[in-house]
Amino acid sequence: MDIENLDHYAQLILSLAALVTLTSFIMLAQGRLLRLVFIFALQGFLLVLATAIAAYSFNNPHLYISAAITMALKVLFIPWMLRRHILKLEMHRDVEALSNKTAIMMGGASLVVFSYYVLHPIMQDASMILLNALSLSLAVILLGMLLMISHHQAIAHVVGFMSIENGLFFAATVSTNGMPMVVELGVAFDVLVAAVLFGIFFLHINSSIDSLDVDKMNRLNEVDQ
Amino acid sequence: MIPAYLLLILPLLGIVYFALFGHQEDVGRQNTHFNGITLLLSLWLAFNVYTSGTILSTDSYFIVDSFNVYLIVLTAFVGLTTSIFSAPYMAHEKEIGKLTDKRLRLYYSMYQGFMFAMYLVLTTNNMGVMWVAMEAATLATVLLVSLYRTPESIEAAWKYFILCGVGIAQALFGTILLYYAATQFNQSENALMWSVLYDNAALLNPEILEIAFVFMLIGYGTKIGLVPLHNWLPDAHSEGPTPMSAVLSGLLLNDALYAVVRNKMLVDGATDSDIAGYLMMGFGLTSFLVAAFFLHRQKDIKRLFSYSSIEHMGLMTFAFGMGTPFATFAALLHMTVHSLTKSAIFVTVGHAAQIAGTQSIAKIRGLIKTQPKVGWGLLIGTLAIAGFPPFGVFTSEFLVLLATMHSYPWLTPLLLLGIGIACAGLFRNIQPMVYGERPEGQQAVQANLWPVMIHLAIVLWLGLAIPDFLSNWFTQATILISGSAPL
Amino acid sequence: MNLLIAIMQTLLFISLAPLLAGWLKWCKCYLQNRKAPSLLQPYRDLLKLTHKQPVVSKDASWLFIIAPYIIFSATVIAITVIPLITVDLPTAASADMIVLVGFLAFARFFLVLAGLDVGTAFGGMGSSREMTISSMAEPAMLMAVFTITMTASTTNLSFAIEHILQEGLVLRPSYIFALFALILVAIAETGRIPVDNPATHLELTMIHEAMILEYSGRHLALIEWASQLKLMLYGVLIANIFFPWGMAETLSLSALGYALLAIMGKLGVLAILLALSETLFAKMRLFRVQEFLSFAYLLGLLGMLSHIILEASR
Repeated sequence: MDIENLDHYAQLILSLAALVTLTSFIMLAQGRLLRLVFIFALQGFLLVLATAIAAYSFNNPHLYISAAITMALKVLFIPWMLRRHILKLEMHRDVEALSNKTAIMMGGASLVVFSYYVLHPIMQDASMILLNALSLSLAVILLGMLLMISHHQAIAHVVGFMSIENGLFFAATVSTNGMPMVVELGVAFDVLVAAVLFGIFFLHINSSIDSLDVDKMNRLNEVDQ
Repeated sequence: MIPAYLLLILPLLGIVYFALFGHQEDVGRQNTHFNGITLLLSLWLAFNVYTSGTILSTDSYFIVDSFNVYLIVLTAFVGLTTSIFSAPYMAHEKEIGKLTDKRLRLYYSMYQGFMFAMYLVLTTNNMGVMWVAMEAATLATVLLVSLYRTPESIEAAWKYFILCGVGIAQALFGTILLYYAATQFNQSENALMWSVLYDNAALLNPEILEIAFVFMLIGYGTKIGLVPLHNWLPDAHSEGPTPMSAVLSGLLLNDALYAVVRNKMLVDGATDSDIAGYLMMGFGLTSFLVAAFFLHRQKDIKRLFSYSSIEHMGLMTFAFGMGTPFATFAALLHMTVHSLTKSAIFVTVGHAAQIAGTQSIAKIRGLIKTQPKVGWGLLIGTLAIAGFPPFGVFTSEFLVLLATMHSYPWLTPLLLLGIGIACAGLFRNIQPMVYGERPEGQQAVQANLWPVMIHLAIVLWLGLAIPDFLSNWFTQATILISGSAPL
Repeated sequence: MNLLIAIMQTLLFISLAPLLAGWLKWCKCYLQNRKAPSLLQPYRDLLKLTHKQPVVSKDASWLFIIAPYIIFSATVIAITVIPLITVDLPTAASADMIVLVGFLAFARFFLVLAGLDVGTAFGGMGSSREMTISSMAEPAMLMAVFTITMTASTTNLSFAIEHILQEGLVLRPSYIFALFALILVAIAETGRIPVDNPATHLELTMIHEAMILEYSGRHLALIEWASQLKLMLYGVLIANIFFPWGMAETLSLSALGYALLAIMGKLGVLAILLALSETLFAKMRLFRVQEFLSFAYLLGLLGMLSHIILEASR
């Protein structure tokens, strides 16, 4: 099936999926924390849009609730919290030196290919929108991990963690019209608690090593000192 | 079904209660009472299941069958004995000024929170809720790992948080794929119900399920501590308060394995291939061998035993992966005896560390001379966990070996090798700690070793003779998991 | 008749290019709270430069003198390929995107040579930088362009745009990636912020201005005009490939007039966006340009991948 034969809603959802992936890539190359958080919020917003469109086109009111939850959590609360921490810990001027951005980006591109490779065989009979949405959300998950690997700041790790959640949420929205309500609420609750706990941890880490650079946390290791 | 609901409500009340009153003088005893009541409730539930078979709640949100009910009883039991141990332990920590009232409130509240998450993982019928509860268990324990607020404990907690959080996200992706496979023939809200999925497993798309299982194994496998996803486990165990190590090792790992096995049952129903089993066997065996070697390298007594946990979880994963009724029976037995033994060991280790004032293996010496109860407890516990007869671990490991010889004889040498290396690794570290001269000024501490004795006695009993009702119980669970009776 | 329209279109293109530059400058001034020069200022500048006596260094060879003519005419030939207001033209049918890229490379080649010719430090520096950037920008541009040509199954720009027009509104993820890639390439190729600052003279960081430092009089006018043409060329490329609606599909007078208004509107909006981004972002260090362009390449690659995997029929 070609993309021309899909209706415009499906095309729009696919395009938003591509944009969400794009935001993941931009985050990957971003060394400034405030900008990173802003792009994360943007990704959340694109997700909200995609969810709302899916809700409208599949005529599934339940998805509006998911969109509202995402809006509140991923677009407003978490970015606001992270921003507050960055400003409070005076990290907004720091630029993280990322080693070899180009290699990281190319690694990211190969992750996208990899996620298609993983999901392609099982989706032969599935619709195109599904294959794409699922593969791209898997790509967002993997890119989130890559973000966590390539950045040293704890805040960047949290952004990566949350963007993994974004990928999961997108997968659930598009492939299955959202998880059952009880699961969705449970996941949202977990994310909320995790966000609060991360906030607590920032303060603890900052008071214990006087920075949020997790590379400096290296007291525990297997090798004898 | 009533006991199951009560089982969930009681810890929920506990969270709120201890958050408000967790600083009182006799809070440890109150915590014990809470856990005692849940144990009674779980026994009531077990009795119901024993007499009337699988119970499905009317809204089908909860399911209790012979597989999870025994884990529920085990959870409640270990939860109770650990709380008995934790009361004087935490009081001691408060006395020496390591903890404040506020942190004690947090500790007791989150202890109940963790228990709630565990019961929810076990009783829920919804695979999505199972994930949510599993994540909630991480969230409840992460602040307990960093309870002492030392740089090391904060680092361990952060590692635990990030690794488990990212790992378990994979399991959610797997669950989403599972749900997608289910919505192909069932559009209703209960498509993610385990009972519905299990009844219609043959309708699920096998290819999707295989991929979904890979994600779930990676996700929940992080929680089980399978190599190479185990990095958080030794850190979290060694830096948190000892009661936490006991429940993490004895309960959390089991419940993560429980989630994997539940999913494996679905995959086995949907596909003809044994891919799920092979994956579990591969991961399990790798963890078993790698952890056995790591035992030789440890300098910290709690890290030592957390690697021992990884080793045993690997063995169980391997046995569940083989999937024959015999192996499944052995794995279920091993799950029980390992939980009991390992939590007992962590209790004695906690006391040993308090006696010596350090967790460093090199500095703990002469335990038998200082406090014979603790020394002997540690020695006997280690004997039990290393798989010496007549303890239960010997029986279950022997059964796993027999099952392996039956199905994959060429893997037996590897298992024997692992068991040997692990045994050596444990004893070369334990022996100087237990025996040897007592260092200057080393004092006995106030210790409650009843939990240890009860646990080890049960393990001994299980090694000598498995009671009829328990054997029937395991047989029923085995039939449920692998399709036929073990013998 | 068709040929006449084609010539008209080219002339229109050439005459509108300074207006676009003026409009861009006007937008930037407005955004930066400065008083803007008249929209027609670029025309006046060009006119004034042509009246001035060109000064040529005694070290300059013949190449230095003919280079401006070659650059200008190569750019003009390049723009004949591009459909500005209509797609159905004889010139467009014979040339495709690779030819377009080739002509631009040809013009750049002579610009670089001219920069080196006099032997000043600035000229050589600018030339080497220009080549570095273009060697990284071209693969990215081709990647983006191939994404589009693969959808239409032709490398002919005119046919590709016609294909998109006839298909109606189809949102393609690959086009989003290609669009972003092309925008980044266009910024690098036309020497805008953050890659190069067109408003500088005599700065160590300049690229384009460094090469043309020695030029004056009508030579400078031709080169300036050519770079204005190039800016508009990229603008039209982006506007007409990704948003081709409004282009004349028949050759009636009303359709052509409507198309002219449409393209002016589209270019006007693009110029506003460019002015906005130039105001918001600072020029980046030269060594970071390769990151910028490898990101553009990555986008082109992603566009290509998503086209092959997502959109191609299975």
